[in-house]
Amino acid sequence: MDIKISDATPSPDERDAVDRRLGPPRASWDGAELRTARDMHVGFGGKEQRDRRHLLLPALQALQERIGWISEGGFNYVCERLSVPPAEAWGVATFYMMLSTQPRPRRVLHVCDDIACKVKGAKEVCRGLRTHHSPPLPHGVVGGHSEEPRGAHATLNEHHGAWTTSPCLGLCDVAPAGLLIEAGPVVVERSIGELSSEYAMGLLGGGAEPDDVLTQATTIGGIGALRLLKRIGKVDPTSLDDYKASGGYKALEKAFQLGPEGVIREVTEAKLLGRGGAAFPTGRKWEAVRTQPEKTRYIICNADESEPGTFKDRILLTGDPFALVEAMTIAAFAAGCSRGYFYIRGEYPLAAKRVQHAIDMARAAGLLGPTVMGTSFAFEIEVRRGAGAYICGEETAIFESIEGKRGEPRNKPPFPVQHGLFNKPTIMNNVETLANVLPIIIDGGAAAARIGTEQSAGTRLFCLSGHVAKPGVYEVPMGTTLGELMTLAGGVSGNGTLQCALLGGAAGSFVRADEMGLILTHEDTRAAGVSLGSGVVVAFDSSVDMKDILHRIAKFFRDESCGQCVPCRVGTVRQEEALHRIATKKTIGGVKGELALLEEIGLAMKDGSICGLGQTAYAAVESAIKRLNLYPV
Amino acid sequence: MTSPHLQLVQLSRPATTPKVMVELSVDGHSVKVPEGSTILNACQQLGIEVPTLCWLETLKPVNVCRVCVVEVEGARVLVPSCSRTVEPGMKVKTRSDRVNLTRRLVLEMLASSVDLSTAPGMAEMLAEYDAKPERFGPDAETVAQPVKVDNDLYIRDYAKCVLCYKCVEACGEDHQNTFAIAVAGRGFHAHISTEFVVELPESACVYCGNCIAVCPTGALMSKREWELRQAGTWNESKQTATDTVCPFCGVGCTLTLHVQDGEIVKATSPLDNDITVGNLCIKGRFGWRHVQNGHASRGPSADPTAPRAPANH
Repeated sequence: MDIKISDATPSPDERDAVDRRLGPPRASWDGAELRTARDMHVGFGGKEQRDRRHLLLPALQALQERIGWISEGGFNYVCERLSVPPAEAWGVATFYMMLSTQPRPRRVLHVCDDIACKVKGAKEVCRGLRTHHSPPLPHGVVGGHSEEPRGAHATLNEHHGAWTTSPCLGLCDVAPAGLLIEAGPVVVERSIGELSSEYAMGLLGGGAEPDDVLTQATTIGGIGALRLLKRIGKVDPTSLDDYKASGGYKALEKAFQLGPEGVIREVTEAKLLGRGGAAFPTGRKWEAVRTQPEKTRYIICNADESEPGTFKDRILLTGDPFALVEAMTIAAFAAGCSRGYFYIRGEYPLAAKRVQHAIDMARAAGLLGPTVMGTSFAFEIEVRRGAGAYICGEETAIFESIEGKRGEPRNKPPFPVQHGLFNKPTIMNNVETLANVLPIIIDGGAAAARIGTEQSAGTRLFCLSGHVAKPGVYEVPMGTTLGELMTLAGGVSGNGTLQCALLGGAAGSFVRADEMGLILTHEDTRAAGVSLGSGVVVAFDSSVDMKDILHRIAKFFRDESCGQCVPCRVGTVRQEEALHRIATKKTIGGVKGELALLEEIGLAMKDGSICGLGQTAYAAVESAIKRLNLYPV
Repeated sequence: MTSPHLQLVQLSRPATTPKVMVELSVDGHSVKVPEGSTILNACQQLGIEVPTLCWLETLKPVNVCRVCVVEVEGARVLVPSCSRTVEPGMKVKTRSDRVNLTRRLVLEMLASSVDLSTAPGMAEMLAEYDAKPERFGPDAETVAQPVKVDNDLYIRDYAKCVLCYKCVEACGEDHQNTFAIAVAGRGFHAHISTEFVVELPESACVYCGNCIAVCPTGALMSKREWELRQAGTWNESKQTATDTVCPFCGVGCTLTLHVQDGEIVKATSPLDNDITVGNLCIKGRFGWRHVQNGHASRGPSADPTAPRAPANH
């Protein structure tokens, strides 16, 4: 392929930002400014250069972090460095919402207006900003169906901050929340809690950098002994020594004694099911990768936690990063993986920083690298950050994203354990799943299986937010009831009367206030027609307009659909339109007609979509119609 | 580093080694197909019609349009027959209620958001599945937008685009290796685009027109066809198709000339041709206007848009 690049050239800052991420260019063949005499005789590039395609997203992120947006010159330089056709790179740059291809001020505040923040005053924050500051930056990209010329938003004052609305930032425990990003030689990224419009305007006015709200204590709790949260808030997450003093790396030591089969036997005996939502047996997944004939294998920790209402992984990543590094090392040893990735959502800057730090410390201590703990086992871990795409929490979309492509899910089969990242066998484990590995190895699989119920073993993390007195992450044995969980979180706040709760996230379902006896296990929720999903419980008091919440969920799916397959791309839009028609009393065929239409759209999305996003996009709407009877006919 | 769906497409050449056969049942009929075949292949062998939009025998399946979905016993959701490979003992239903509902909804969703007026066979498909796109209401969001006319050879009318990815595949990985266009944006706003939405002459486009050849809806169309359609004089029933050999170079591509009223109006190449697999280059696809130079009905004798034959190719 010939790469045709426009005349726009990068600024020195842009060149520097990309070179820091990719290393300096080797020759004028891959972007060096000067053409040397050697370049006239020796060619560089070709396949070797194209094989670095997986660095496309990090390189684009480097520009975004340095300049605040991706200019044509900077974009061209990335394409030249990695030998990526500009049209392809454009497809990637316009896929991720945290990347801007239009000029933006350096300082941008992302204000969450998703469900949990919405009931805690996000609307007022946005209204205040709209009235007293500026309209939000537009979402979307140049050249969609409503085309705007290049640089249409360049009139914004460079020295003033801008703001934009955001889907769930995973800060529901400190709602209403925001994320402040200021581009520059050292990018500033801060998670903000308890946002008000005055506070937000102070931030946009270029005031002093606030502290990251996550460096302070977060609310955790539970029933019985904490297995997954025991170090959170007690052990310094930046100190390897403290981690070791609290029992760290004992599990890896034991894993080496057990051997790969022994480790997998313990995990299987523990009946550990994946905590990301699909509840696939972890031991079976590891065994499937271990027995592949292909020897190059990968492991990925799915830390793209973006399900609205979910923030448990954030607590683990920021509060106990060494545990996750250790657990991933054990999994890699068991399945014979030589390289691991933490794919951490872009909205979690502190998590990425802490995990990176933990990896660096572990490597320096010989706990990662060519000889892990002095054994012949070699393992390396890399952190990759998302850039604003819920869909990249889907396992095959993560592969595409890491490979430097648009985060579009693949059709399954083939399954990741055979053809995953770079087409190699790959383990994909959720953060909470990995956190479960350490106590299983230390105490034995049988002990872990005794916690919880026969079919749902172990403890589970639940994220309580919305109208509860003490929002936070709670660890309880499987089999705890929803009511017990609510009591743990201090009971209903707001006006004190519970209307309903959203269980499992936007892809989950609503449960009524009279269903607090629901037993939280896989089997009981399945029997009740709901799902545990990612352990979300968002409580709504009786003052909340649930139609408004439902509309926000529908909008969420519409915004986050990757657009690849028709049922989801168009279905999520038609679903939102129907809900809007009911809300504005402009129904076609009455409410009854709209509900019938919604049901058919939902069935087609569930049955016809490529991935879980489309397949669950109707779940919350369906439960609001059928369980809450939100639209009586 | 190839992705799993990057398998080479089985073209028209027969396999040299006999393959292991897999037996499955489709709508109760037992069928044996070579290992690695898709469910769609099995259906075709049985003569069972399965609608497709984003599938083409010369492109690797991307399974995005979802009109070819079928029900496989034991599978939680419907599966795309165009890409799903057969397994022994598989039980497939191609016209169950679930299949019909999803196909109908997919067609309704497309017809309510995209102008399908020039998509061949679409009216029949909509009728067969009893699709009623108007039930999404008059305010249903569409992809309506002005047609892009930025060069003399072909137009891009993305109001007619169903986002089947075929043009992207043909331009890039599967055929031309030019990568002038890609899918950009996300969700309902996903669209086919050049980088920074530059016009085609500024892009990497080499005007092979292989994207036009694979477009299932007429969103991509040669300028001549578009002009005739605008004038209301495009009439396929009056056209003849004649196969000949492209005169421009030594490759010898089969060229199908579509002639209306004694005038060439379009050049294509057969998909099942071993040499072209339906592809041509700028000369074969667009370099036929000189044939008609001086033709009374065509006005000026020199056509400035006709590419010159290279002197030393």
